[in-house]
Amino acid sequence: MRRKVLIEVLIKTGNVVAAMTVGLIIGGLIMQAYGYDALHAYYSLLRHAIGNPLTDPYPLTSTLSLATPLIFTGLAFAVSVRSGLFNIGVENAVYLGALGVVLASGFLKADTPLVLVIGSLMGLSLSILFALVAASLKVFRGVHEVITTIMLNWVAYWLVEYVRVNVFPDLRDPSKTIPVPPSARIPLLVAGTELSVSIIIAIIASLTTYFVLWYTVFGYELRATGINLIAAKYAGIKTSRFMIYSFLLSAVLGGLAGVCEVAGRPPHYSITTGISNLVGLGFDGIAVSLIGLNHPIAVIFASILIGALNSGVRGMQIEARVPFELVRLIQGVIVVSLAMPGVLSTFRKYLSIRRGRMEVVS
Amino acid sequence: MSYVLSTIINLLVSTSYAMTPLTLTAVGEITSERAGVVNIGLEGMISVSALVSVAVATQTLNPWLGLLAGVCAGALIGFIHGIISAYGKGAQIISGVGINIFALGFVPYMIIALWGVAGYKQVPEAGRIPRIAGLVSPIFIFCVLIAIATHYILFRTSLGLKIRALGEEPQAADTLGVHVERLQLIATVYGGALAGLAGAFMSLDWLGTITKEIAAGRGFISLALVVFSNWKPSLALLGGALFGSSWALTEWLKVLPGVKGVVPVTIINTLPYIVTLGTVAGVIGRARPPRKSGVPYLRE
Repeated sequence: MRRKVLIEVLIKTGNVVAAMTVGLIIGGLIMQAYGYDALHAYYSLLRHAIGNPLTDPYPLTSTLSLATPLIFTGLAFAVSVRSGLFNIGVENAVYLGALGVVLASGFLKADTPLVLVIGSLMGLSLSILFALVAASLKVFRGVHEVITTIMLNWVAYWLVEYVRVNVFPDLRDPSKTIPVPPSARIPLLVAGTELSVSIIIAIIASLTTYFVLWYTVFGYELRATGINLIAAKYAGIKTSRFMIYSFLLSAVLGGLAGVCEVAGRPPHYSITTGISNLVGLGFDGIAVSLIGLNHPIAVIFASILIGALNSGVRGMQIEARVPFELVRLIQGVIVVSLAMPGVLSTFRKYLSIRRGRMEVVS
Repeated sequence: MSYVLSTIINLLVSTSYAMTPLTLTAVGEITSERAGVVNIGLEGMISVSALVSVAVATQTLNPWLGLLAGVCAGALIGFIHGIISAYGKGAQIISGVGINIFALGFVPYMIIALWGVAGYKQVPEAGRIPRIAGLVSPIFIFCVLIAIATHYILFRTSLGLKIRALGEEPQAADTLGVHVERLQLIATVYGGALAGLAGAFMSLDWLGTITKEIAAGRGFISLALVVFSNWKPSLALLGGALFGSSWALTEWLKVLPGVKGVVPVTIINTLPYIVTLGTVAGVIGRARPPRKSGVPYLRE
């Protein structure tokens, strides 16, 4: 039994690796076509994603720090998928979690750890409030969560922009909100890097989610709601209630991503113009969750994979002089190729067909 | 009196512009989702097509060639997505996210590579689509026609029945001899072409410029519109009008004396979304998606 699971994990990992290789090859061809040295670029990607952690911890910590918010948003999306919902509202939960911390920094005007506590509570309450709108419209009015969450994402977006422009702008640099005060910041794990304690919170969150989903009655009923709504209903599970719970859990996990980003990432510790430091984290979480097959533990590894790409990208810019935009383009190609889950399986099938044919011929 | 009249005409015209890209994209996505393929890369497709159409239109100074190029660009991305989804049985959502990331890099890179400017390029007057009576865009009229035509095809022809069967029960369709993968691919290419037209419309007609943020969330709003319209192209037209008019009203409110400078623009910007939320909460009931939409079809 255990061996079977291991083999399955190996095949799935192999598929991801194969898909990535395909993406990297296509990306390399594009870079060559535009006149950049692809091998050099990939070498610098690797150096800046992992490097040699013994001599210089920066690349690896950068990968892990960029993976941190994705663990949260990936988990948030995984929880919603497990309950049968397609909750795109993780994006607004991230914005609102961060907004809470900024609001607390603005209102309290004091340099105390209390700002982080009150800020997180405010942020999570805001994201829960938004999730409740989507959840109650879903449960009581049958409005599909895709509409409500996309609309709520935009409402949240403009609300945060309102605070950035009109309420708490940084007077020295109006492109940002006021920063979180130093003693309310999440401490760094490794000094001089971007890796903060947030990653430990993220891993705890993912272990907790795993435990709750697979080892408690609550989690069982939540997953049952997602696997077969009607069967779950007839089994006496209050499915509407579990949909609401799932929305709330996603809101909390997404909100934590926002809190940890704004209170835990140097150097800004604030929200920047157009929410540029947060936009897309929720959507990337969707991809992370799906690459990790919506499993809380696998989400950690999927996040590190995407985190490594995001971190290595910096190296491609600095060392191989590949423009940021082109790097982004190649990243897109790689993600598209990750969508092909069965590269390895397809290849194996193709091989076996060929082998079969050869046997017939001989 | 003439002030009221001109305001109403202005609002109607801006509604027609705002609704066109949303409706076109949504109608395409409805077709593709009815065939079982979800594409959340619409946002990226709109901006890539907008760029390609401007590139061709500024080269040839022929807006129609530009338009065609935009449609082809959208169709091409749709083709790739369709190959991955229909034939590769891949994860459609990941592919869509990848398309969006690709566009995030491709569009600004090409703006710099083609014109040597960062992030912004005006379309020359000769490259812009002429307007009927100086007001109405021919693409708006095309958009209304295509929504009605798609609705007719989906619900009144045997081709439409086959497409819908793919989204509901592909196995049944397969048993009856429908080419599941081929038809899914065609539907996805159609969806891509319409998203491409939407992008080309925005750059060559409506805005007359290309920026890296040209799509501005319209791909995602179109996704919401798909659900809003309960996967019916005719309702997408209506929903598009609702979204479009609330957008037009918002822009009108922003410059209205007494509002301008008093109410922050950021707050006014939330209005279209709140209006939509209110409408779906109050008017629209339960929507039912195609049962197998987004699920790869695997033969046993």
